[in-house]
Amino acid sequence: MSKLESKIPEGPLAEKWSKYKASMKLVSPLNKKKLSVIVVGTGIAGAPAAASLAELGYNVKVFCFQDTARRAHSVAAQGGINAAKNYKNDGDSVYRLFYDMIKGGDFRAREANVYRIAEVSNAIIDQFTAQGVPFAREYGGTLANRTFGGVQVSRTFYAQGQTGQQILLGGYSALKRQVALGKVTMYSRRQMLDLVIVDGKARGIITRNLVTGEIEKHSAHAVVLATGGYGTIYYLSTLAVNSNGSAAWQAYKKGAFFGNPSFVQIHPTSIPVLNDYQCKLTLMSESLRNDGRIWVPKEKGDKRDPNTIPDEERDYFLERRYPAFGNLVPRDVASRASKERCDAGYGVGKTGLAVYLDFRDAVKKQGEKTIKGKYGNLFDLYEKITGDIPYKTPMMIYPAGHYTMGGLWVDYNLMTTIPGLFAIGEANFSDHGANRLGASSLMQGAGDGYFILPYTMTNYLADEIATKIPLTDTPEFEEAAKSAKERLDKFLRINGKQTATSFHKRLGHIMWNNCGMSRNEEGLKKALVMIGDLKKEFWSDLKIPGKADELNQELEKASRVADFLELATLMVTDALNRKESCGAHFREESQTEGGEAQRIDSEYSYVAAWEYQGDDKEPKLHKEELKFENVEVKVRSYK
Amino acid sequence: MKIKLNIWKQENPKAKGKFEKFELDGVAEEMSFLEMLDSLNEKLIKEGQIPVAFEHDCREGICGSCGLYINGRPHGPGDEIGTCQLHMRAFKDGDTITIEPWRAKGFPVIRDLIVDRNAFDKIMAAGGFVSIDTGQAAEANSILVSKIAADKAFDAAACIGCGACVAACKNSSAMLFVAAKVSQLALLPQGKIEAKRRALNMIAKMDELGFGSCTNTGACEAECPKGISIDYIAMLNREYLCASFSEAE
Ligand SMILES: Cc1cc2nc3c(=O)[nH]c(=O)nc-3n(C[C@H](O)[C@H](O)[C@H](O)COP(=O)(O)OP(=O)(O)OC[C@H]3O[C@@H](n4cnc5c(N)ncnc54)[C@H](O)[C@@H]3O)c2cc1C
Repeated sequence: MSKLESKIPEGPLAEKWSKYKASMKLVSPLNKKKLSVIVVGTGIAGAPAAASLAELGYNVKVFCFQDTARRAHSVAAQGGINAAKNYKNDGDSVYRLFYDMIKGGDFRAREANVYRIAEVSNAIIDQFTAQGVPFAREYGGTLANRTFGGVQVSRTFYAQGQTGQQILLGGYSALKRQVALGKVTMYSRRQMLDLVIVDGKARGIITRNLVTGEIEKHSAHAVVLATGGYGTIYYLSTLAVNSNGSAAWQAYKKGAFFGNPSFVQIHPTSIPVLNDYQCKLTLMSESLRNDGRIWVPKEKGDKRDPNTIPDEERDYFLERRYPAFGNLVPRDVASRASKERCDAGYGVGKTGLAVYLDFRDAVKKQGEKTIKGKYGNLFDLYEKITGDIPYKTPMMIYPAGHYTMGGLWVDYNLMTTIPGLFAIGEANFSDHGANRLGASSLMQGAGDGYFILPYTMTNYLADEIATKIPLTDTPEFEEAAKSAKERLDKFLRINGKQTATSFHKRLGHIMWNNCGMSRNEEGLKKALVMIGDLKKEFWSDLKIPGKADELNQELEKASRVADFLELATLMVTDALNRKESCGAHFREESQTEGGEAQRIDSEYSYVAAWEYQGDDKEPKLHKEELKFENVEVKVRSYK
Repeated sequence: MKIKLNIWKQENPKAKGKFEKFELDGVAEEMSFLEMLDSLNEKLIKEGQIPVAFEHDCREGICGSCGLYINGRPHGPGDEIGTCQLHMRAFKDGDTITIEPWRAKGFPVIRDLIVDRNAFDKIMAAGGFVSIDTGQAAEANSILVSKIAADKAFDAAACIGCGACVAACKNSSAMLFVAAKVSQLALLPQGKIEAKRRALNMIAKMDELGFGSCTNTGACEAECPKGISIDYIAMLNREYLCASFSEAE
């Protein structure tokens, strides 16, 4: 029997979560004090989860690789966070948010999970506001909203272009409060190297102290991975450069299934690749598409100054192709449309791999001051990097790797296929199907952490009250620590000629070209061979300086790149298996005459959950069939 | 262009550090400062040498990881930027660039250019929060906040916790950091209830951790990558005084 049980509660969609919550097992305050939980990750999922679990009374150990929890990659989220408040009186509701996400995800997400996240969305805004997050406000003192892609209502809450920073600091402050109260022990500058399983249950982790190099063993009654996404597999992406997929990958190798690994969102509006030394691409928030208009010249290779090109000679291709949503079509649609124009030779800039995002009309209509109030810091950011001033000259943008919808497979309880191992935030696969809508990742992470995991975790721990706190001097911990250490020594022993970064760059190229915005069977098969070759080269020619028992950033990189080389194979395998196009996963073989993605519901209306079978063995595919009982499955149209 | 680098190298917290000289050719103007260091490190590794340790993550000026003291200025030449937003166009061919870690008693060096800023976490844990448990919050629009107050709170909240203010201050004071947090929360109704306690506790913790006192030179404001104004220090002083009086009552 497959271990894939989604555990979706019975009953009508709108009642599932409340009924389930009311029937969950509880743990008495006295027993909570005896139970411990490890949370790896302090982003918008991990920090709220850890703080909330500690508030309940559990003993929580929290880990991150940065020097402090507040620097988790969520800090860089720009545009905003969604909620179904309907403050604008524009017809929003929990159901509509749910529907937008299901449709935006191209009918490849689980109805019950998506409905639940929409249901808790309002409480998230209440929580952050109460914590003192300075969200944007109207003159009357109420909270302000703006619109994001793929929807026709204004439901996005924001704090200029620094929403991620502001709400993360809210979560971080709650975490610090629990640190002060002694309920959370914080372990920063730690890299999780392995997951420890005892008698079939997740009971701890192995970490490396990044300052001393010491290999450490940590135990608990349950483990939560809130370790973020793996978009950095492309080397160049909009993520913080140290983001990685290692924790999820190690969990996968210990038996946790990986859901839809090839579903990666390519964001349409990033600053284009400028040169060869770049190690990251800077995002220009989707919120800019509220006022910016995307275009390319109608004439191929038109090198004129964009400001001198008259309107009739501009092709506002999103407005042309998708009149209903215009510049605010979902990300996958916008990215592919830009790529299509550039591939056809209409791209602009030095490389021809860019399109304009123009604020001329918005500045004219609303004035520079208003535009500054909305996007000031984004415009500054753009100017610092490119030297151009967006109030005067259109921005140049191009798609870039951004977000992984794929991740550890979890059931309705957010538990992986390993009992006692939970995954929340971007690290899980759960709520975005084949494409995520803007401003819904922060919502999902915070919702998982504040309002879902604390319940489902308690339900799990209720059966653990008799379990003594697991010891770390057991064979399982010793074995895991030993093999983690051996792996690090192995990196150091290779003593070849090429750096970890150079391998990462090459892997990134392979993935971007063959398993990025557009995929086909030939390219994917070629990629499998190339990744295999690169992996061999890595293990025979890697050069890591220094020692294992000291601060050694190259060693940290090496273990991330080694994991990426393995994860890449799984991504490509998944992309090969899914012969349909859906959301961000565009298989060239499966498109409509107009070049839109063509789903094949009769064959692929499932979540692909992959089970590890051993290195160099084909992983095993499990299918979680998706049932749509509350929405009509349609062709996704934004025309 | 070709540049000369004079970089602080220190193997571990206890080791005695010293400056080491490097030369780097083929530096392009559009490189960011950290990309320049990346290419130096790639070169050093290939030559069998130990690379320079420095911190970085988001590379777009928001995570606060990178903080380098460049030619005598936190985050180097240029206003309101983090080190990762500094570009090599700020330098010219043949320049010598001196790079040091933050120097402050509260921020001990861990290795090369990396310092331990854990003290900031401790100050935050002393009171940089609103005591509200998950699930207790009222409907968000039941708390009205004037746009002006919200914007002002935001400007303070923009602090990225990089520590440039401390590095810039001759007394290694952390006043701007503390002021930003205390003011943000004092400006909002949600934070008012604990305002006094917060100001007292955060200041006490800051003093305990070895940060110096503020003598109003304004160096912190000048070097803050987020342009946080020292007006917030005045606000902190008011909060603190007011809190001290009412405690004495
Ligand atoms: C530039 C940018 C802008 C964005 N803007 C928005 C937006 O406006 N709205 C929106 O909804 N979404 C946005 N997103 C997406 C969103 O920011 C992320 O999906 C979300 O923040 C992920 O949060 P998380 O808590 O799951 O993980 P992260 O914030 O990535 O946190 C991961 C945590 O795990 C830790 N960790 C990871 N691996 C290990 C390991 N091996 N050992 C120890 N610790 C580890 C890290 O230290 C960190 O604390 C944006 C993304 C990018 C890249």
